[in-house]
Amino acid sequence: MAAATGTYEIKNEHGEVINTSTGLSNKKLLMWSFLGSDVMFFGSFIATYLVYRNRSLVGPYPADILDIPITSVSTFVLLMSSLAMVLALSYIQQGRQKMGTFWIFSVVVLGAIFLLFQVYEFNHFGQVGLTPRTNLFGTTFFILTGLHGAHVTLGVLWLIFLGFGSIKGSLRADNAIDLEIAGLYWHFVDIVWIVIFTVIYLISARDVGPPG
Amino acid sequence: MQTTHPGPSREPISLSFPRIIPRPKSEYGIWSWISTVDHKRIGTLYAVTSFFWFLVGGIEALLMRVQLSQADSTLIDPEMFNQLFTMHGTTMVFLVVMPLSAAFFNWLIPLQIGARDVAFPRLNALSFWIFLFGSLFLNFSWLIGDAPNGGWFGYAPNSHVAFNPTNGMNFWVIGLNILGVASIAAGLNFIVTILNMRAPGMSLTKMPVFTWMTFVTSVLIVLALPVLTVALIQLQVDRLYGTHFYNTAAGGDPVLWQHVFWLFGHPEVYILILPAMGIVSEILPVFSRKPLFGYSFLVFAGVAIGFMGWFVWSHHMFTVGLGPAANSAFAISTMAIAIPTGIKIFNWIGTMWGGSIRFSTAMLFAISFIAMFTIGGLSGVMHASVPSDAQQQDTYFVVAHFHYVLFGGAIMAIFGGIYFWWPKTTGYMLSEKLGIINWLIMLIGFNLQFAPQHWLGLDGMPRRIFTYAENMGWENTNMIASAGGFLMAFSVLLFMINVVYSARKRVPAGDDPWDGRTLEWSISSPPPHYNFEKIPNVEHRDDFWFTKHPELIAEYYHDEHSGELTAPSGAQFDDDVAEEEDEHSEEHHGDDEHGHGGIHLPDMSYYPIILAAGLTIVGAGLMTAVPVIVIGTIVLLWGLLGWSFEPVNDPVPDSH
Repeated sequence: MAAATGTYEIKNEHGEVINTSTGLSNKKLLMWSFLGSDVMFFGSFIATYLVYRNRSLVGPYPADILDIPITSVSTFVLLMSSLAMVLALSYIQQGRQKMGTFWIFSVVVLGAIFLLFQVYEFNHFGQVGLTPRTNLFGTTFFILTGLHGAHVTLGVLWLIFLGFGSIKGSLRADNAIDLEIAGLYWHFVDIVWIVIFTVIYLISARDVGPPG
Repeated sequence: MQTTHPGPSREPISLSFPRIIPRPKSEYGIWSWISTVDHKRIGTLYAVTSFFWFLVGGIEALLMRVQLSQADSTLIDPEMFNQLFTMHGTTMVFLVVMPLSAAFFNWLIPLQIGARDVAFPRLNALSFWIFLFGSLFLNFSWLIGDAPNGGWFGYAPNSHVAFNPTNGMNFWVIGLNILGVASIAAGLNFIVTILNMRAPGMSLTKMPVFTWMTFVTSVLIVLALPVLTVALIQLQVDRLYGTHFYNTAAGGDPVLWQHVFWLFGHPEVYILILPAMGIVSEILPVFSRKPLFGYSFLVFAGVAIGFMGWFVWSHHMFTVGLGPAANSAFAISTMAIAIPTGIKIFNWIGTMWGGSIRFSTAMLFAISFIAMFTIGGLSGVMHASVPSDAQQQDTYFVVAHFHYVLFGGAIMAIFGGIYFWWPKTTGYMLSEKLGIINWLIMLIGFNLQFAPQHWLGLDGMPRRIFTYAENMGWENTNMIASAGGFLMAFSVLLFMINVVYSARKRVPAGDDPWDGRTLEWSISSPPPHYNFEKIPNVEHRDDFWFTKHPELIAEYYHDEHSGELTAPSGAQFDDDVAEEEDEHSEEHHGDDEHGHGGIHLPDMSYYPIILAAGLTIVGAGLMTAVPVIVIGTIVLLWGLLGWSFEPVNDPVPDSH
């Protein structure tokens, strides 16, 4: 830690040399710090979900309603979007603009597909009688997955913005850091989904009402 | 926040966003303040705003003291009393101590680490405007006669619609969420600034202690505030949309709220006190004329407090009935956190020990911080004992405890900091005579108000009651406490008189009125817009002081040849690395202004205030009607898009 003394030179998006003490760009450090903050955000909601497991007084309970196969498909789609994100960044960094643009929009499409799955799921749950106002499961499920969906939506909008930047030529190899930090965010949102999928779908899929 | 704007080196690209308001250019007048991105001006805005709320919160406290000065008083009804203590607590925590600390962060961090600004100047402005609008939003509730009334901790389900149907708690929930965004943004900004913007040679172990404590505080803010946000969102959707997080009829658990709130709430206590500890750690060595005693210990103790602060939250819940195992664990962790706190106190005393002390106003405030904070810390350890806490819970003993920590601690240190850095920030001296009177009256008033509350509490007087019966025997003590409250108010008035006096008299301060140690004293008072003409190269801890007194370097640093350790402050720890670093920094010392030939400061911007306004309007819309949310979202998007497409610096014609 002591070697970090303002001696690293990195280039900003104008190609100007700036010094940072850690050698990381300010933006990247900001994103990492923000993700640390977001961990506490999702962590608290996931903890709330776990505290309220098996404590709904009325149905429908998770066992009545969760569909693991369908959600596995949407989970797969979201995970593949992370692969697309890695490829997009790699191509932009190499200066292969067209391939980069293609993969950025692939991320957008895969993210949108995931969101459509979620819209379908929310709709379907509503039709069979589970809303945020039904019981504790409904409350914790919808708020947690809904806020995750909001994060994905934000990521999709951000990537559309960057995708057009790539077409217009304002996102290039020399400021690929802008895509990189969007990628950090995107991968994080993916990882959060893996936890949510595990906790809500895999672990509690057979949950029913409170014992007794 | 990503910037996809064209750089000067590329051909123009057609991505742009129509400007409705032209970019401000003037450096004077109200618009220059509204669009400022200068950390010093933002610091001033924070200071002025939070001092205003300090007066408001103080008036709320005085009203309560008037009510409590006599038994069976009917001046204030119970409902109004609930609103007063809720808003007093909320105001003092979120609108006074946190933003006053933020004022110090803003003013001092770039100066102490040798930087021209924070890492994200516009984000910094955004933090302030969100804070301002959020604080106005929260206090707007007074104007409609419906202030929050559920305590600053907002215990659910007491704060739930079923028991609390008025709009007050909606203001509280949404207002605090808005303020939380401001705090997190500021915390992120200072983490990056401190990690990444240090002057060449300033390794982490050479940073001033205030910078260190700011860093720890920022990490705590960034990690703790989201937990509060979660609690508030849960309560908000419960109250506004009928979900069941804290609806006991549907199985909601009141203890969950306490866990989530205090998981935020206890780190929050350290968010309030660590900056004060940093301020004191700057004042004491200057007026003792010797380096801080045990720098490494002091810093590590601060980090340890920040870490251990996460494992003590349930000591707020000893009477909930969590069981002996949980209670014991949290009792032990709470007692353990007294260790790093004690280390700090010994370090401060060790700093003064053997020094030639100058009793300036700042020094007096710093010394009384140590004394008052120690008293508050000792009563805090009493609470750590579960059976003892069971007696003290919800009594005035607790009120006395946290006021000793937060007023005797945080506010005393902040006043000391104001007296210390006022010459630097304004260029003029405050009157030392008035200052010492201010200090004395504040110290007497404070102890008169809060020391008797220990006895009241042990005698069983409960908190948060609007009155008490005549035969309880509490009248005299309460009257003394109320008199102390008014003395404190008088001392604050003296401070304001001192400020006016300083502005009238204009006694020039000079660059370095106190023989300061850290980099901010090496530049003019007030500092120029760009802070440092040439980014300094740091070789030692307290670099500026050793530059002034080179003969003392040998005395305080490890002497290579004799191998004797004369350093009192763990200096040997980084002396070895210091050599390596010197070689490194040597190479870049000559670099001309970060390699692009001139001082570049970000241009002013209106978008932070627009974005902040949009966010607040959305918050107001949540309580009122959907169209308001739509309007707020449009304003918010305007701010966000305008910001994204706006270059940090408009291209200057005929340059590059």
